[in-house]
Amino acid sequence: MELVLAIAIGVLVASGTWLLLRPRTFQVIIGLTLVSYAVNLFIFSIGGLRTGADPVLRKAADGIAQYADPLPQALVLTAIVIGFATTALFLVVLLTSRGLNGNDHVDGGDGTP
Amino acid sequence: MSQHLLIAPIVVPLLAAALQLLAGERRQRLVATLSMASCLALVGVATALLLAAAGQGGDTVTTAVYRLGDWPARFGIVLVGDRLSALMLLLSSVVALAALPAALGRWQQRGNYFQPLFQFLLMGLNGAFLTGDLFNLFVFFEVLLAASYGLALHGSGARRVSAGMHYIVVNLTASMLFLLGVSLVFGVTGTLNMAALAELIPTVPEKTRALLHAGAAILGIAFLIKTAMWPLGFWLPRTYAASAPAVAAMFAVMTKVGIYVLLRLGLLLFGDGAGPASSHFGADWLLWGGIATIVAGVVGMLGARDLGKLAGYNVVISSGTLLGAVGLQQPAVTAGALAYLVISTLGIAALFLVAGLLAPEGEEEADDALALEPYEPVGSEVRSDDLYADEDESRTVIPAPVAMLGVSFTACALLLAGLPPLSGFLAKFAMLAPMLEAPTRPGTHALFALVIIAGFCTVIALCRAGIQIFWAETDRRFPQVRVTEIGAIALLLGLCLLLTVVVQAPLDYLDAAARQLHDPGNYVHGVLPPAEMRP
Repeated sequence: MELVLAIAIGVLVASGTWLLLRPRTFQVIIGLTLVSYAVNLFIFSIGGLRTGADPVLRKAADGIAQYADPLPQALVLTAIVIGFATTALFLVVLLTSRGLNGNDHVDGGDGTP
Repeated sequence: MSQHLLIAPIVVPLLAAALQLLAGERRQRLVATLSMASCLALVGVATALLLAAAGQGGDTVTTAVYRLGDWPARFGIVLVGDRLSALMLLLSSVVALAALPAALGRWQQRGNYFQPLFQFLLMGLNGAFLTGDLFNLFVFFEVLLAASYGLALHGSGARRVSAGMHYIVVNLTASMLFLLGVSLVFGVTGTLNMAALAELIPTVPEKTRALLHAGAAILGIAFLIKTAMWPLGFWLPRTYAASAPAVAAMFAVMTKVGIYVLLRLGLLLFGDGAGPASSHFGADWLLWGGIATIVAGVVGMLGARDLGKLAGYNVVISSGTLLGAVGLQQPAVTAGALAYLVISTLGIAALFLVAGLLAPEGEEEADDALALEPYEPVGSEVRSDDLYADEDESRTVIPAPVAMLGVSFTACALLLAGLPPLSGFLAKFAMLAPMLEAPTRPGTHALFALVIIAGFCTVIALCRAGIQIFWAETDRRFPQVRVTEIGAIALLLGLCLLLTVVVQAPLDYLDAAARQLHDPGNYVHGVLPPAEMRP
């Protein structure tokens, strides 16, 4: 499972970075979204990957091996909310820029210097 | 009561912003009163915190800790107020107070929700200065960034939206890096509390130390993007020049948040006590990065074609100087750097406000920044005729506002270049003198020389701008200036003037702050009391 997750994060970051460097605003916002997915998966994975473990200790006797660290889950939730809000804001700016400049180039021009 | 004072810098602007949103856009007088009250209250609270921090003795625990929900630090989250935090709180609230009249004047009408966003920006700034753990630092960073996105776009227009979009993309990417760094540090150490991290870092096993360093470096890049280190800072001059003047003045403080965090984390986590493998991690990067930033800022400043960009590149130079000084990690240099931080922030904020007043009052779409005409020494026979004409020309009367603006501009130039007699000189001297005495790191002399050269180039650039604005074009029409707007600039410059006369007490305070920063034990014991002192 570790390998699958690692590859997934790598693919998301790679494609997100490529899209971030593209000249059109829509590509940039999709790139940002992909990178934020990758970061969220990464945060989620730092607590260790366990299947079927409780997030909170039920009995101290079970030991700490049988529980999933709840803190990364709290962190990722916050990160998702903030990332969603800022992406929505960026979408508004993108549309405003499209309306003001009449094209969707990140520099506001039509791409020709 | 006094212990709850520590959370007031976050709660006051939050409440003010919420009330302003409820009041709506129509009741402008109420909204303005709320803003003014909030800013005045913040100055008061910050002064009280500063005096409390200054009053405490050198040996006792001088770190005020506020436990949210009264959970002990390892489980709950804490706010920490020490001398550096109090200083930064006072700085941000004073600049906010000075920026407010400009914001209330002609900029408020150009868009919606200016004042609530301004208060949220203050809340994020204050929270970032106070928080004691990394994840809340991220949250407060996002609060201040979200507000700054709105403020940077305030007034709309193609130029502003285009610059603002670059700013948003760069900072969203930086936030992703911030999260990656935070999660790596958490993965290695299992905590995000800064004091607990400082305790844990010397004991991290060698196997995972590289991972910890990678996390810290990624975090560092996120902060360096905020401070605009070369080559991560190309977004800064354009965004700052395109913003409304009051906003740009606040952004001058925002850049310093990155410096604050680098200073705090660099000395707390990777100071002398971090063990042989981790102490001074990344310090060389800061030093050389700072040097490169100064060079980039100087080149940009000499080539700047409008006053907004000129001020923006001054922000870059100030960042570079501070990065280099922080990278040296010597207590005496740090104390001087704090003085320089205060003075340069006040000076740059004043310069942005002056630039805003000088800008022609155009329509929505017209470029608001004041463009500097290219200097044409040749082919100007007409001019030379003018120059040597008979002295029958009518006497020019300089109106009072123009004279005030000219004096303010000169004072800004003196402060930023670090020329005597103003406090800019004292601050630069306090920072540079210990560099030569103390045991030097390779690159110290380069930094020393570059700071002086940068000061010289600042004189050139600002003199040229001043001549073109005030002397060369006699038919330039200056816009109407309100008394409050001039008063705000006078407040900032008057503070700098006051710091020229009252020197010893502030320098003692900064010295104590630097010593406190270089002694992480103080911070750690304040947040995590030793076992015998715990209740």
